[in-house]
Amino acid sequence: MLNVSVYRYHPEQDQKPYMQDFQVDTGGKDLMVLDVLFLLKEQDSTLTFRRSCREGVCGSDGMNINGVNGLACITPLSDCVNNGKLVLRPLPALPVIRDLVIDMEQFYQNYERIKPFLQNDKPAPAIERLQSPEERAKLDGLYECILCACCSTACPSFWWNPDKFVGPSGLLQAYRFLADSRDTATEERLAELDDPFSVFRCHGIMNCVNVCPKGLNPTKAIGHIRNMLLSRGT
Amino acid sequence: MGYPVVVGAIAMSEALRKMSFEAIVIGGGGAGMRAALQLTESGLKTACITKVFPTRSHTVSAQGGITCAIASHDPNDDWRWHMYDTVKGSDYIGDQDAIEYMCSVGPQAVFELDHMGLPFSRFENGRIYQRPFGGQSKEFGEGGQAARTCAAADRTGHALLHALYQGNLKGGTTFLNEWYAVDLVGNDDGDVVGVVAICIETGETVYIEAKATVLATGGAGRIYQSTTNAHINTGDGIGMALRMGLPVQDMEMWQFHPTGIAGAGTLVTEGCRGEGGYLINKDGERFMERYAPNAKDLAGRDVVARSMVMEILEGRGCGEKGDHVFLKLDHLGEEVLESRLPGICELSRTFAHADPVVEPIPVVPTCHYMMGGLPTNIGGQVLYPESESESRVVGGLYACGEVACVSVHGANRLGGNSLLDLVVFGRACGLQIEKSLSEGFESKVATQANLDKAMARLHKLNSSEGGESISAVREELQKIMQLYFGVFREGESMQKGLQLLRDLKSKIDNLHLRDKSGAFNTDRIEALELQNLYEVAFATAVAAEERKESRGAHARNDFTERDDENWLKHSIYYPQDERIGKRDVNFKPATLDAFPPKVRTY
Repeated sequence: MLNVSVYRYHPEQDQKPYMQDFQVDTGGKDLMVLDVLFLLKEQDSTLTFRRSCREGVCGSDGMNINGVNGLACITPLSDCVNNGKLVLRPLPALPVIRDLVIDMEQFYQNYERIKPFLQNDKPAPAIERLQSPEERAKLDGLYECILCACCSTACPSFWWNPDKFVGPSGLLQAYRFLADSRDTATEERLAELDDPFSVFRCHGIMNCVNVCPKGLNPTKAIGHIRNMLLSRGT
Repeated sequence: MGYPVVVGAIAMSEALRKMSFEAIVIGGGGAGMRAALQLTESGLKTACITKVFPTRSHTVSAQGGITCAIASHDPNDDWRWHMYDTVKGSDYIGDQDAIEYMCSVGPQAVFELDHMGLPFSRFENGRIYQRPFGGQSKEFGEGGQAARTCAAADRTGHALLHALYQGNLKGGTTFLNEWYAVDLVGNDDGDVVGVVAICIETGETVYIEAKATVLATGGAGRIYQSTTNAHINTGDGIGMALRMGLPVQDMEMWQFHPTGIAGAGTLVTEGCRGEGGYLINKDGERFMERYAPNAKDLAGRDVVARSMVMEILEGRGCGEKGDHVFLKLDHLGEEVLESRLPGICELSRTFAHADPVVEPIPVVPTCHYMMGGLPTNIGGQVLYPESESESRVVGGLYACGEVACVSVHGANRLGGNSLLDLVVFGRACGLQIEKSLSEGFESKVATQANLDKAMARLHKLNSSEGGESISAVREELQKIMQLYFGVFREGESMQKGLQLLRDLKSKIDNLHLRDKSGAFNTDRIEALELQNLYEVAFATAVAAEERKESRGAHARNDFTERDDENWLKHSIYYPQDERIGKRDVNFKPATLDAFPPKVRTY
């Protein structure tokens, strides 16, 4: 039997959130945390969480698992259970809608703020825009982001200034376009990030790197943006 | 702030809040977002309604690539060869006018994705990387294996879905994220005039009125116990259409992907075999050489899946239970695996506890794709087949992507063709709507009775006092489909399965919604989804039992041969009387002679 403690909050019924304890029979298997949630939902169908692909590519089920942000679907119990106990909370720093479901509006706004789409001021050719394998390799470690918000919600700078500091996820995406040889909006992109908060609130503590379920390195990407901003002469 | 609306409290005829658009797209995956982009750019007031945030849609899980004759790997590649392969792959019940359209306009659609920012992998000359996939040939099958699948490593679906979302952000598309479409609203003429939908966050139910409604709700792989599909693939569009009395086509045709990770069901791309991987049985034998001497591991998916099951049934399966085979990749070397197949390495380590760099991946055929769906024309207009040769257009209703059956996949889809299908027909759908609305398509407004009809299912669920457990009934349904309608099928056993499904109907109609609250009520959504799964499963079962031949993915032990005399046809399931009709396959491509049916070997 596994002891699971889950954060519960229903906006129509609860004055404040509380932790609810469950016992789950895992059959001795090293289940994924998401499988445990399904077993809990069989016990109590009101338990609420997001899920979709169940293989770590859609980014729906980011949550705080025994104190660490991660994806429930690719976190096996053997990687997270302490003393036979599993504690599940919503990702921190964003408002809770219900139970493990958070309101991600601020996170998405920060993503949109960096204009996450290719911009090129030259007319498109009749075929693809050519890009060498070396140029393309610069996008590796950037384009794989799944927008799960594990990183940004683990970042104290984001906790303090979610509306001003873009956050690790948004900045990783900003660099993804700055690094793309097909994008010509470098100057405009940098100009929009050139203030004391958007980028420079990153203090390099690398919580984002520690929790990214895709093994990406936002701190490194932020470092590249910093260098671009500094060499721009501001 | 506050959550004033509790859905369960809405009385039968109480007025629903209404939102109005010119066009709505239900579904925010690849097809839905491509359609939404087209519509937004055309200036029509459009909303994309999606039950998950768009980048959580199942397109994200596509791995190997998008097949298209962009002539990058081979400068002489020709879309007609791609068309030939697709027709052959479909086992000749793909519609040749639609396949011609997809293959010929495909390159434009792929280049457009590059321009939108999709980070395709590259060749040394800077062009898009293409890899070999199953069923691909040059020179109409005479020139050997082609390499036609455009890839972004093994994360092409993720890259495509994000690029499309980004394109829509740039274009200014209106999204209703985390809204769930419950049922279509039909007017007194039988035209579709929008949908009743729930805002999941608050629980509010709204009538979203539109002149054009696009179903882009994707597949329904969750009817099976073992599937590569996401939890959200519940056939919502099929369910909604069937409840409106609209027929569906070729529902017996389900693709079992040869390489799902045994136990977990997660997909391992065909690109693994394209890059040089191959399947082995417990003796270490590369058994596909026996079943498909030429194409070997790159035969059509249906052929490979059946061969694997034969190996397992004949006692040459791997593992303690002998219930899977192995996909061998280690000979490709760490460098190739980490650069071309990084996602697969990750998935295999996580879900199979096997590192492909040093050991093979345990794999088994796993439900992957619904070839059937709502019959449409090339412009995505949903058709109501009235006889084998005649169909009428259903006013106001469109479909594209996996929910549609246009049909470019026929009885078996080729790998990499689904992503092409999404973007080509998503766009075509948008173009057709633009045209129809500019020609002044008008339909009668919905009456209260029309709305009540669309609300009936939700009302019933909301007032359930007791009844069946949602998760238990879902499990029962999935077991029936897995057991009686799998890779190999047989009349007697299908009849038994069909009876079990009939018996299950009373439970489906008597689900107990324990949670009646409004805010983010996933219990309610899951109940509604389960009813859609049932609709899909039942149509599948009836069609599968009726098609008395073996063709493409539909393999029967009691009718082992293809029967072109009787079944070179689409099957049509009519929900009113649970009857199967037939519909002619299109053999009239516009620019070349049709490819006549031939014996299909690889």
